[in-house]
Amino acid sequence: MVKVKINGQEFEAEKGTLLIEAARQNGIEIPAFCYSEGYSLQAACRMCLVEVEGTPKLQVGCTLPVDVNRDGSPMVVHTESDTVKAARKGTLELLLTNHPLDCPVCDKGGECELQDMVFKYGAGESRYTETKVHTPEKQWSPVVFFDAPRCILCYRCVRACNEGMGVGALGVGNRGVVAEIIPNKHDHLECDECGACIDICPVGALTSGAYRYQTRPWEMNHVGTVCTHCADGCKTTLGVRDGEIMRGNNRDRSGINDEFLCVKGRYGYDFVNHPDRLQSPMLKNASGGFDPISWSQALSTIAKKFSEVKARNGKFGIIGSNHTTNEENYFLQKFARQGLGTKNIDHHRTGDLATLFDALSGKTNALATTGDLYTAKSVLVVGTDLSQQHPLLAFQARANYRHHAAHIYTVTTGEVREDHQAIAKVRVQKGGELAGVESLADKLKAEADLVIVFGDAIQGDTLRKLIAFGDSLGIPVKYIALVDYSNSRGAFDMGLTPKDGGLSREQMLAAADLDVLWVVGANPLKSASLSSASAFVVVNEMFMTETAKRADIVLPSASAYEKNGTVTNVTGEVQKLKQAIKVMGTKTDLEIAGSIAKEMGLNLGIWLPDKMLEEIRSTVHGYNVAMPILSTGGAAPTQPLNGRVAALPGTISSAGDTLFTSGTLSRYSKTLNSVMEAPGALYAKEN
Amino acid sequence: MAKQLYNEPSPLETLVISKNFRKEGSETLDGYLANDGFKAFLKAKEMTPEAIIEEVKTSALRGRGGAGFPTGLKWSFVPRTSPKPKYIVVNADESEPGTCKDRLLMEYDPHQLIEGILIAGLAMDSHKGYIYIRGEYRFLIESMNRAIAEAYQRGYLGKNIAGTGFDFDLYTHSGAGAYECGEETALLDSLEGKRGVPRMKPPFPAVAGAWACPTLLNNVETFATIPAIIRDGGAAYAALGIPKAGGTRLLCISGHVNKPGVYEIPLGYNMMTAINELAGGMRGGKKLKAVVPGGSSCPILRADECDVAMDYDSIAKLGSMMGSGGMVVLDETTDMVKFALRIMRFYAHESCGWCIPCREGTTWLKKILQRFDDGGGRKDDVRVLGEVSKNMLGRTFCALGDAAAMPTISIVEKFSEDFDKRLAMQGSGLVTING
Repeated sequence: MVKVKINGQEFEAEKGTLLIEAARQNGIEIPAFCYSEGYSLQAACRMCLVEVEGTPKLQVGCTLPVDVNRDGSPMVVHTESDTVKAARKGTLELLLTNHPLDCPVCDKGGECELQDMVFKYGAGESRYTETKVHTPEKQWSPVVFFDAPRCILCYRCVRACNEGMGVGALGVGNRGVVAEIIPNKHDHLECDECGACIDICPVGALTSGAYRYQTRPWEMNHVGTVCTHCADGCKTTLGVRDGEIMRGNNRDRSGINDEFLCVKGRYGYDFVNHPDRLQSPMLKNASGGFDPISWSQALSTIAKKFSEVKARNGKFGIIGSNHTTNEENYFLQKFARQGLGTKNIDHHRTGDLATLFDALSGKTNALATTGDLYTAKSVLVVGTDLSQQHPLLAFQARANYRHHAAHIYTVTTGEVREDHQAIAKVRVQKGGELAGVESLADKLKAEADLVIVFGDAIQGDTLRKLIAFGDSLGIPVKYIALVDYSNSRGAFDMGLTPKDGGLSREQMLAAADLDVLWVVGANPLKSASLSSASAFVVVNEMFMTETAKRADIVLPSASAYEKNGTVTNVTGEVQKLKQAIKVMGTKTDLEIAGSIAKEMGLNLGIWLPDKMLEEIRSTVHGYNVAMPILSTGGAAPTQPLNGRVAALPGTISSAGDTLFTSGTLSRYSKTLNSVMEAPGALYAKEN
Repeated sequence: MAKQLYNEPSPLETLVISKNFRKEGSETLDGYLANDGFKAFLKAKEMTPEAIIEEVKTSALRGRGGAGFPTGLKWSFVPRTSPKPKYIVVNADESEPGTCKDRLLMEYDPHQLIEGILIAGLAMDSHKGYIYIRGEYRFLIESMNRAIAEAYQRGYLGKNIAGTGFDFDLYTHSGAGAYECGEETALLDSLEGKRGVPRMKPPFPAVAGAWACPTLLNNVETFATIPAIIRDGGAAYAALGIPKAGGTRLLCISGHVNKPGVYEIPLGYNMMTAINELAGGMRGGKKLKAVVPGGSSCPILRADECDVAMDYDSIAKLGSMMGSGGMVVLDETTDMVKFALRIMRFYAHESCGWCIPCREGTTWLKKILQRFDDGGGRKDDVRVLGEVSKNMLGRTFCALGDAAAMPTISIVEKFSEDFDKRLAMQGSGLVTING
């Protein structure tokens, strides 16, 4: 630690800290555009110029490391002197010479850093009276628009794309006053379409095709909730106006994803008001079509049927969802086990959590968190296209490589983006993943610690062998078993599994004597058929899926953006969903199950999310999570199971989604479908 | 047929690096060998690297690219014991308006440059060099390539040079037409195949230059001077000039003189003597109005300031610079509004766009000057020109912004009467907007 004197006050800072950071840590703002924490330094915008005693010229605050002077005295810095103020004013005046002064009609108005800076530091009037350079606005993709005159060339987007995303789709073309950001394909982008460039743009140069010119920032409520697509659990902040989601973004960087958000988290909310969305319970009619019925009619019909089958000890099958909340899942399995007296409950399992927990029983500290991928000394990626299937985890590993020079290893069937950072990459045939991992033994033994991230290729015995291999390395090893959807982990943890002798998903579908099949937010009949012709099928769904079409009664359910509750991400961190909107005619799956229970006269407790969470915290192993973390929007880690876990019947298979797909949901997202231009298909499956 | 030179030599010159210019066949290896060629290299091979650097320090040679940094000191910064490869990079991106000396060195005496590079290679323990040649000098890339090919063929490049056991490979690399790439770190980025924008310093190229390896980067003229220093000794070279600025340099005299051209003068030569005697006096007997002492980025000198010794410190006392030796002489007929505009059009066109003050400032200044020249000037403009320039000065990422601001500040301060005159003419019918 060294002393540094800023504006007359003495502070301590780590030697080598950038002055702009040292000031920020002590509550002093040094304004800057091009400086963006975590990315490479540019020193291009010259907004952060400060006065440092002993140097004749103004110094660049974002590149100046704090150190003592040659004589050992502390650095003396002035950030608000007249010279500095004049320089800032001058820089802003220069910035505005070619920047359109049309804030009232600019999409960024109200949340523009340039606007804020000019208000705070700028001059009231400009001396500039010449013509401005103008170029027409360009559309680079369905979701990315670029307006060059507004661009202040801070190069944040270039770095976010190249360094952050590992895509490198943006660069700089031309020079001088007509220099501008250019996309990788001359006039359009071929990229992840993640929109990180839009979030990080301090001005209105990069705007979102899904949002632009539809509303103003101050007209919306900003609801921070968890993305419902993949299992990584990114925070997405939904802008809601008059009961309609206007946008998703991550400008507040409040989640475990920090500055990261992918295309699904940013644009994949628009399925909620797709025209095909179910908004009324539907009853199958004699001709095989559906007629709308009232909720009370639907619920009482179902309750009657369920009670009748239960009374004659009939066979139930319940398939839960990996998108629904922990509270809903918990209530559903309680409904099944206590209310209906059946063990036949399952969900689409996409990763072998049972074997993982069993094989790790007795070990502590063996499950990695999202944060571990950023701090581990080495990361081994096995049998997954991480950037496609778990973009946040990939981002974490990439940031770890960039900031800490972490060693990345890949064992995959083909080229993956992590290869670019990899110190060693192994190409294997499908099924050869474990052998590929074992071939790295000598290199891995030399690492200080390791996180192994693996896809569904590693399951059952292979997974046990992987863990034995990990044990043999003699270094601390942590694991992440990849699962597909926003609450796959929660579905497993809440007990949507055929443990203690229940029927698995496949067995239910194959049972010719099944009396009732209740599918909550899943689509098992997409790739399978139901053997029992006489089964009474109830489906909670948002859309008329393959499974819903087979139903006797379809109940329109609410999406994750329309309810409260908690979800658990792939690394076992619990986060709160916040209801952003309400879609007319729908009910949450918790309310649906609760209402059926009520109709059946069952007492399964109060079916409110908070009450259920209380029950989960006291009864589900590892879920006694810290409420202060959860309530304030944080990610509360669960304590993993640490004992033997019985093997489960049934198959485990990843759905093989890409960056642009997400099971059924992505089919109904207009934006996601519009940008599917470069899907990575290495581990994509026909499902 | 006698050799065609760009300009007749003057008997007043002190010939060191240009001594072979007028000789037939000076561009060939045989021609060079006939004139003490590669003697310095063979001498340097017998010296320790420290001794070579010491000799360069003794010569008081200062970088000829513009900044005038002491060459020996720069050489001593390169960590020659680093396990990384070390590179020699020659800045032949001669783009400063008014400067046209490096082209003669490469055209008339390319092997002198090659020998200078080899000696630097010995001193740095470097085995690879690049000559980054301005893209517009296409013909020079070809002639330099011919010289390099000849040197390879005759064993003066490649493996075991002249039987000394020293290996060195030399390549030319074409610039793509950006003035900015004359800035050493932008040059390195461009050399590496990137967009030519300056890098953050530190680290300086001596420590992390080309491909992040230690790199010695000097101007063509600087390298071309090395053989003479090693051959005749640093002290002898230094004695040609004045203390703290040793030897001779090429002065490119252009503008309103009778005999414009490139002349080799000892440091400390009087500027008026250069104009009146070397360059044959003012064209048409007109009165001297102003002189740009060292290329367009140097603050301009009024006629009454021009009786000055041409060395780094004396010119610095007048608030200007020796720069890259591009001296532009202007007579009384020169309209300083037009002159300022011409300079600013150049800088606005050449600003790389990396940082805000230079990118926006140069174009703003150009637009004011253009409007002023078109007859749309306003009283306020002179003040705004000065203020905007001062807003850029010292606040840009690299020196290009300063290079644009400094001459403008000096012109509006020293020649405000030219602007007043234009203002007075407005509305008199003598000029019209866009006329």
